[in-house]
Amino acid sequence: MSGSAGGLLIQVSYFAAAFLFIMGLKRMSSPVTAASGIKWAGVGMLVATVITFAYPGMHNYVLITVGIFVGGILAWWTGKRVAMTDMPQMIALYNGMGGGAAAAISAIELIRGVDHGPVIQTLAVLGGLIGSVSFSGSLIAYGKLQGLIRKDWRFTGQNLANLGLLAAVALLGIALVSGGGGSGFTIFLFFLLAFVLGVTMTLPIGGADMPVVISLYNALTGLAVGFEGFVLSNAAMIIAGTVVGSAGSLLTQLMAKAMNRSLANVLFSGFGGTAVGEQAATGGSMKAIEANDAGIMMAFAEKVLIVPGYGMAVAQAQHKIWELCQLLQERNVKVKFAIHPVAGRMPGHMNVLLAEAGVPYDIIYDEDEINAEFETADVALVIGANDVVNPVARSDPSSPIFGMPILNADKARNCIVVKRGQGAGFSGIENALFFLDNTRMLYGDGQAVAAELIQAVKEL
Amino acid sequence: MIELSGFAALYIFMLAAFTGYEVIAKVPAILHTPLMSGSNFVHGIVLVGAMVALGKADTFITELIGFIGVVLAAGNAVGGYVVTERMLEMFRTSGEKRS
Repeated sequence: MSGSAGGLLIQVSYFAAAFLFIMGLKRMSSPVTAASGIKWAGVGMLVATVITFAYPGMHNYVLITVGIFVGGILAWWTGKRVAMTDMPQMIALYNGMGGGAAAAISAIELIRGVDHGPVIQTLAVLGGLIGSVSFSGSLIAYGKLQGLIRKDWRFTGQNLANLGLLAAVALLGIALVSGGGGSGFTIFLFFLLAFVLGVTMTLPIGGADMPVVISLYNALTGLAVGFEGFVLSNAAMIIAGTVVGSAGSLLTQLMAKAMNRSLANVLFSGFGGTAVGEQAATGGSMKAIEANDAGIMMAFAEKVLIVPGYGMAVAQAQHKIWELCQLLQERNVKVKFAIHPVAGRMPGHMNVLLAEAGVPYDIIYDEDEINAEFETADVALVIGANDVVNPVARSDPSSPIFGMPILNADKARNCIVVKRGQGAGFSGIENALFFLDNTRMLYGDGQAVAAELIQAVKEL
Repeated sequence: MIELSGFAALYIFMLAAFTGYEVIAKVPAILHTPLMSGSNFVHGIVLVGAMVALGKADTFITELIGFIGVVLAAGNAVGGYVVTERMLEMFRTSGEKRS
């Protein structure tokens, strides 16, 4: 088949697709070229998809076309409509679909019972297992972040139960490999248990850890796609899947590190499982400030650093905050954004949200770039962030967040914290920053407060 | 299609794994979310495999599974593209104006 002109055209197209994917990902790794990177990869996908219609020995063209349109249009419609704050769960959903597709390929190959030899058969079964887990796990992750599943479903011996489930799936998998296909019932049971495993693995994991889990499933889907590529002798799938598998694994590690957790810790112990509440009581009291005074303080500052958190995005305050920044810039105040690696719901999510509001990325800084600058800042404006500016992460070894890298907002000459009420943060830990002498609390809804600050600066 | 015999396939796997690692290794944190979304799009290439699997399916059950596979894979590819493009479109420097 490879000798025919059609076969050659297909090979050339797949080669081009693999090249475009890698170049696209490379371009996506710098903010200057990122927007073109996805277009390169998109061209690769289009070329590969169109040319596959010329693949030899196929039928069911109507079903294939209808399937592409149904899935494509649904995804197009949802993808265009989703709010930027909901992006993480949307990625989870699309990723789960890819895992499900890999599992479907595996299932078809197993049912057809074509003998691929033991190595390829193992890869087919492994790809099916990983794809299924990624499919159901991603759906659970979606449900959790979307607020459809609110409970973290935990019981004692859960890890053991999951291990037993994994062992059962593995045994069925081995039976499928050695049986050279296996009966329909074995195949059905194998995929059913693999789906259940994905669900039970993901349910106990808390919402705060979901980004790491989504990233992990993203890498797993890539791996599953790569494995099924071996089964179908499809080099484009092998290369694209494997590249995503390894890139995704690295991203997962980077995210886990940014949250000061190990991957094993995320997967096998629920957040909050460690005892909270033994920490030393924080002394002092919180001191409130009016928006008017806070506005004046910033207007006459030389340098203002803004520390945004997910709370700001939930309050939809980023547009107002950017308006405030522009007013301050007109008064020759230096304004910079300081972004913690896990601000927002996943690393880089806050940058996306700020970019949506129109904030240029060259005034947005990572934690390690900006942390030294807090000492020379007149005002640090913390809005919607809590744990990522809690100095106990540096000082109190008994705190659950001890050792987590934080933004040094406490070292600024003045720190203004915009907050809804007096409660503790997402992790339920008291924030020592709020009780410092140089900290003032500005209570209220993020968007309303931002509007008041704008008003205060304008009136000067 | 070309036969990817044992070791040739293994070499591709190894080199692709290193490529993925190297491409991501020096990425600033600000791009982590778009990049995860972008790599999510790239494994949408599973669509090609799902098309071939459905194209070769000849019983009701395999056609059904294959159809579901194609729908899911198309969702992965198209959805992944749309959300990634939307995110990356927004990255601008101070000099550039928003359209």
